[in-house]
Amino acid sequence: MPALCRDCLTSFDGPGRCPACGRPRVTRHEELHSLTIAHMDCDAFFASVEKRDNPDLADKPVIVGGGRRGVVSTCCYLARIKGVRSAMPMFQALKLCPDAEVVKPRFDAYVAASKAIRAMMDELTPVVEPLSLDEAFMDLTGTEKLHGAPPAVMLARLTKRMKDELGLTGSIGLSHNKFLAKVASDLDKPRGFSVIGKAETRSFLADKPVRLIWGIGPVAQQSLAKAGIHTFDDLTRWDRRDLHARFGSTGERLWHLARGEDARRVSSHTPVKGLSNETTFGEDTSDPDILDGHIWRMAEKVSSRAKAKDKAGRVVTLKLKRADHSLISKRLSLRHPTQIADTIYRTARDLFDQVNEPGPYRLLGVGISQLAHADSADLEGDLLDPGAEARARAERATDKIRARFGDDAIVKGRALR
Amino acid sequence: MKFSIERGVLLKAVAQAQSVVERRNTIPILANVLIEAEGSDVLFRATDLDIEVVDKAPAQVERGGATTVNAVTLNEIVRKLPDGALVTLTDDSAAGRLTIDAGRSNFALATLPKEDFPVMASSEYAANFAASAPALRRLFDKTKFAISTEETRYYLNGVYMHVADGDGGKVLRGVATDGHRLARIDTDLPEGAADMAGVIVPRKTVGELRKLLDDDEAQIAVSVSETKVRFATPAITLTSKVIDGTFPDYTRVIPQGNTRRLEVDAAEFAKAVDRVATVSSERSRAVKLSLEEDRLTLSVNAPDSGAAEEELAVAYGDEPLEIGFNAKYLLEIASQVDRENAVFMFNSSGDPTLMREGNDTTAVYVVMPMRV
Repeated sequence: MPALCRDCLTSFDGPGRCPACGRPRVTRHEELHSLTIAHMDCDAFFASVEKRDNPDLADKPVIVGGGRRGVVSTCCYLARIKGVRSAMPMFQALKLCPDAEVVKPRFDAYVAASKAIRAMMDELTPVVEPLSLDEAFMDLTGTEKLHGAPPAVMLARLTKRMKDELGLTGSIGLSHNKFLAKVASDLDKPRGFSVIGKAETRSFLADKPVRLIWGIGPVAQQSLAKAGIHTFDDLTRWDRRDLHARFGSTGERLWHLARGEDARRVSSHTPVKGLSNETTFGEDTSDPDILDGHIWRMAEKVSSRAKAKDKAGRVVTLKLKRADHSLISKRLSLRHPTQIADTIYRTARDLFDQVNEPGPYRLLGVGISQLAHADSADLEGDLLDPGAEARARAERATDKIRARFGDDAIVKGRALR
Repeated sequence: MKFSIERGVLLKAVAQAQSVVERRNTIPILANVLIEAEGSDVLFRATDLDIEVVDKAPAQVERGGATTVNAVTLNEIVRKLPDGALVTLTDDSAAGRLTIDAGRSNFALATLPKEDFPVMASSEYAANFAASAPALRRLFDKTKFAISTEETRYYLNGVYMHVADGDGGKVLRGVATDGHRLARIDTDLPEGAADMAGVIVPRKTVGELRKLLDDDEAQIAVSVSETKVRFATPAITLTSKVIDGTFPDYTRVIPQGNTRRLEVDAAEFAKAVDRVATVSSERSRAVKLSLEEDRLTLSVNAPDSGAAEEELAVAYGDEPLEIGFNAKYLLEIASQVDRENAVFMFNSSGDPTLMREGNDTTAVYVVMPMRV
């Protein structure tokens, strides 16, 4: 059976320790050198960066978190042994692990580390799909000739480089689709390298709980449990049409995933679904003039981001949070996509005028979604609003002035409110 | 209540009723049709609280009375009965059932008491007049394509029916616009209509009204108040609330100074637009019109799907012009033309364009160009 030593990267065939270096970190699988879809997940990423940058923390349980919300963001494996988990309230975490060092998150450091890892992944394949700062899918199909080594070897080399050059560790899942690759990377953490081959896909999944599926949270688990579905085996017993009838499009997806099928491609450019900006006020307000000023400023921010990305939105959304934290969200579809701040503002303002719930509000947001390319935006004027075209022209002129003299060179009066 | 009625007559009444009732509604009685039998007639009444339609049908009434049943179900049943059948409807109010017997088929439907049925409050109509079915048909058929579906500008969700100054005096006028195109249709002012208040007739009412206008000989009794409008034939009465809003001043929108004149065979033009638009991308279906002396070139250039071009012989004697339009709007407007050539009046590539049929000023269309 093909085997690979993850310490010295020697490929060999057969059982036991690595014949070259004698160490035991060996991954062994029939399909080891034919699988090409991988998921890389850093081990306790934030905590690992903290330990790397502050050697005093190396042997202590470390919890990254705190701040305002007071929950655990990430914790190292020493803390996990004591039962600390991500998203746990801090007081509870400290009860479980009183000697933990609590560190405030330093996002700049994590972003820098993430970029360095991303650069290493980019050397392996052009098809890297980051899911967050610390995990990504990679499709290494067809890269064997280029690298002179099969994907498994390159992936083992990646984690070795991460450890040697960045002092960070990660776990690899290697399989034949994204779903299984992600499942695999979690099987043998930390510093893992797990493989799920085509041959054992069904038998591997059989007795696994359905919560392995990304997107099946506690609520979905409950509704599946009501249908008697707990494991993948339960799922495979369902007829495709019945699943569809009961769970809609999710049912269709479940039917495929139950069989270990996942046709989603690894995509290096995840499409942007929408653009939005929001602001929390220093002081809650229900003053319509002040709110109007905020609507304008948010519309302008969204518009300038849309213009920078050559995007235009077909749907405008207004979001308001009331003083009691209840959320109001309204949306309106336009006939044609727009990137003009004036149009976004007027639509959001119309939506604001339809809000029945009284203020005061603590937060206001404006967004656009159902994005299209800027080419198809704002092509048609409005017969009933002949001023719209003139305002759009004024806005384009404003954009040019700002591009040359800076954002503050020209400002609408209502933005100053 | 017990009466017998010919299947075809029943179907016509019930079909009209079921198209008025709201499909998805939370108030069960609103899904029902109120059936009232008296003398030698049966009234079928349906409402969605904005529109009420009452259909009077002749029947052999054995026992007068009234009840309500689900309009959609009744329609389905009657539709599936054989043509020419005699249908007997019997209300058993004690059991809360209406039985429907036709030949060897019989059905029983649950009823709701007639007292629960909301009857639209009657209203004082300030203007009452008679209009011919063909005149009303033209007024609404040629404007309805331009009705807006935008919820924020709800006052555009209908046809603005009002009295206006036409070329040869006062006219009855219908206007609809969605901000991208506008249709303005005039018809002779019927006697008694001069003092009528302008009303916005909602889209759904326009659709229901259409079913009253098929008979070329029919005279429609029209009644208008500030809040309601009523259209009646001897058999059917359609009453509708009007849209509570102010229709914008559309006269500003209709270009007066457009001088570049294009005359083209409307059918040929529509076919050519349809052909070149085939390649345009779904999102922005823009067609470019390039005008030179007596020649029109239609072209579409969609970077991701392809390009198309077609030339037409036209009458055009002004300076060359390039102007873009949404293909769908051009098609809809061109298809309104049925007797003469379509005449387009352009100004510049950024200004609204006017279209009419020959020199007929009783039907005028305006369309906003698109940047291409």
